[in-house]
Amino acid sequence: MESTQVKTPQRESVWRRLVSNNNFGVSIALIILLVAMAAFAPNFTTLNNIFNVLLQIAQVGTIAVGMTYVILTAGIDLSVGSIVAFDGLAMAMMMKTGVPVVLAILAGLVIGGAIGGLNGFLVAKLNLQPFVATLGTMTMFRGLAYTISGGQPVYTLPAAFDYLGGSIGVIPIPAILMVIVFIIGAYTLKYTKFGRHIYAIGGNAEASKLSGIKVKRNTAMVYIISGLCCAIAAVILTARLDSAVPTAADGIELDVIAAVAIGGTDMQGGKGAIFGTIIGALIMGVIANGLNLLDVAQGPQRFVKGVIIILAVVLQVIRNRK
Amino acid sequence: MIDTDTILEMTHINISFSGVHILKDADLVLKRGQVNILLGENGAGKSTLMKVLTGAYHKDSGEIRINGEPVTINNAADAEKNGISMIYQEFNLIPNLSVAENIFLGKELVGFGGKVDFEGMNREAQKILDRLHVAISPKTKVGKLGVAQQQMVEIAKALSVDAKIVIMDEPTSALTDEEIENLFAIVNEMKTHGVSIIYISHRLEEFKYVGDYVTTMRDGSTVGLTPIAEASHDRLVQLMVGREIKNQFPHVEQELGSELLRVSHLSNAHVHDVSLTVHAGEIVGIAGLMGAGRTEIARAIYGIDPIDEGEIFVAGKKVKVASPADAIAHHVGFVTENRRDEGLIMTLDINQNITLPALRAIQKNRLALSMQKERQVGAKFMHDLDIKAVNGRQKAGTLSGGNQQKVVIAKWLEAQPQILMMDEPTRGIDVGAKYEIYTIMNELKKHGVGILMISSELPEVIGMSDRILTMREGQLTGELDRGEATQEKIMTLATSEVE
Repeated sequence: MESTQVKTPQRESVWRRLVSNNNFGVSIALIILLVAMAAFAPNFTTLNNIFNVLLQIAQVGTIAVGMTYVILTAGIDLSVGSIVAFDGLAMAMMMKTGVPVVLAILAGLVIGGAIGGLNGFLVAKLNLQPFVATLGTMTMFRGLAYTISGGQPVYTLPAAFDYLGGSIGVIPIPAILMVIVFIIGAYTLKYTKFGRHIYAIGGNAEASKLSGIKVKRNTAMVYIISGLCCAIAAVILTARLDSAVPTAADGIELDVIAAVAIGGTDMQGGKGAIFGTIIGALIMGVIANGLNLLDVAQGPQRFVKGVIIILAVVLQVIRNRK
Repeated sequence: MIDTDTILEMTHINISFSGVHILKDADLVLKRGQVNILLGENGAGKSTLMKVLTGAYHKDSGEIRINGEPVTINNAADAEKNGISMIYQEFNLIPNLSVAENIFLGKELVGFGGKVDFEGMNREAQKILDRLHVAISPKTKVGKLGVAQQQMVEIAKALSVDAKIVIMDEPTSALTDEEIENLFAIVNEMKTHGVSIIYISHRLEEFKYVGDYVTTMRDGSTVGLTPIAEASHDRLVQLMVGREIKNQFPHVEQELGSELLRVSHLSNAHVHDVSLTVHAGEIVGIAGLMGAGRTEIARAIYGIDPIDEGEIFVAGKKVKVASPADAIAHHVGFVTENRRDEGLIMTLDINQNITLPALRAIQKNRLALSMQKERQVGAKFMHDLDIKAVNGRQKAGTLSGGNQQKVVIAKWLEAQPQILMMDEPTRGIDVGAKYEIYTIMNELKKHGVGILMISSELPEVIGMSDRILTMREGQLTGELDRGEATQEKIMTLATSEVE
């Protein structure tokens, strides 16, 4: 490609950098969406409603952070919904048998990480295709969720646990947890050696290996991170509902992948960022919330969501062509 | 006036990308049944000009005439309609399909009821392959063919659409001498059938066998049209770089330092009983034919391929290298032959590629990397190695070949290895950039780095090495000192029987 050569290095103007930023398009889309909803949807701009949006996207947003890591390595994790359900039940059942809340949550994190570790082992060590490997664990752990619960919900959990599903003043705690995960996820990806290695592996695994990067270990690591994010999402969901059910978070992987895709992360790996994923999750949340306020039925809502996903990807393709 | 023998004329072609003027009044003339060598440094605009011709890029101004008639070429279909076909460096073949299926891809012969006529396709493909005197079965899966054979399939594909103008982009870059000879025979065969060829290449040596005249480009403009009889090496180099390069291989004499690398009786699936040493401040060249196991030695030392037997010593200490990460920890670096697949991460930018093997060096604290240090490292190497790009944030995938190679080398300079293995360090890059890379190698020598250089270009091996090892069939067959090495001696050793 000789076309991009110039004689003298030059600095880009602030405007050009802004426009050429990968998240420029989706950010504008989110702003337009917010303005439109503010104009047409009743009560959209109330503080309560804004926090409501954040509460509604807390699970998807949290899981989407881990999914962004996975997709950046050109992988996919279909098992996220099953991990949430299984892990939520495991924590709830532990608490029911008297395990202290803090210990149960720690155990939940370990379980989430361990299931992620299994995905990582299958993908990195056994070289299974991520789609198939996580399709397998998705089915396995949904099955286990039904098995350990006998298909029944587990409810009335300790108040200390349910507190995590509540709010401090008007600010929902799940939203706070999500923001913390966002910040840690974004910082790690952008500013640490590990994060850089993730981008490198997604861009070219062979060249990464030859640059001394431990490709297998890092690849396994992203699935563990995804599992940990699922564990946090399981805490959020179970605490909010004060119950764990084997059907929890069924099909959530599709919303999560949609948020990541709308946020501009390339499904082929190597390109993308947590910031985009945040915007992606917000776009999904704002649409759902706004359409609810406008009394739009579930059917048309889903249709609109689909249109947004396609628009986002079309935008990406156009950008890449330039 | 255009004489009737001119099949293609491109005049005053201009094109800009994001404000940068890439082609400036570029011209090209092609005569019927002749070969026009298109020569120029990386970034001179050769590929861009060809992409205008094949409809991949849209020119801002200028004219294209075919057989004297102005034509508009906006896309690949327009190009094909005008009889233009391009054979890219990276082949566009589908490995899982057969040779015939690839040749007829998109224009499959269809029989009754829309059923693909495989027999007919095989028959037609065989005819074309016969015409090229290529012994490949049309039924073979392309993935099973070697690079040279795949190239023949590409040529057959071009001929199957009855192309009048064929563009070949660096067709010999991956071929052995014998395969190159065969390719030239085919090019001549095509000429006799009235096909006109634009032949892009860096290899000055090979033009006289195949070209009729040479078009030279520099900085987006056409600077010369030279009949082959007058196209001396020196003249072409001068046209290309705009200055004279006196000494093509700037070798420097210097005292050898201590022994840095010792490989002793190393054997694995690819190499047998290889022993060698590299000293500080020494360039050891490894010569041999393709497939002789030269790259495989480097791969074994670097921990990519497992070792069955033998030992590796770095600076006198025995080391165990099970992965590239281990090798890097022992200060061994490896500039691989294939920068696209093994050298660079195309989705990362220049800065990020350069710092990748040694991110430790730009750590701000135990947790985070310093973006400022990263920019500084990038800026330093872009300046030192004269990497041409908008800035360090430009993606590696958008750079020209020579600049990509410089980024690969910058990456290993930043990692500060004691031993640097370089596999075909100047392949596919132009004379000016080659010279710069030799200068870098000399700098490394001065700093006491030991270099193990693998190269298929004998003048380069002879010109730059302090000592030359020859290989054949996975074994070392000889060793020559700088003073005694000649092309003949090297070839004799590289083709001699191994005991």
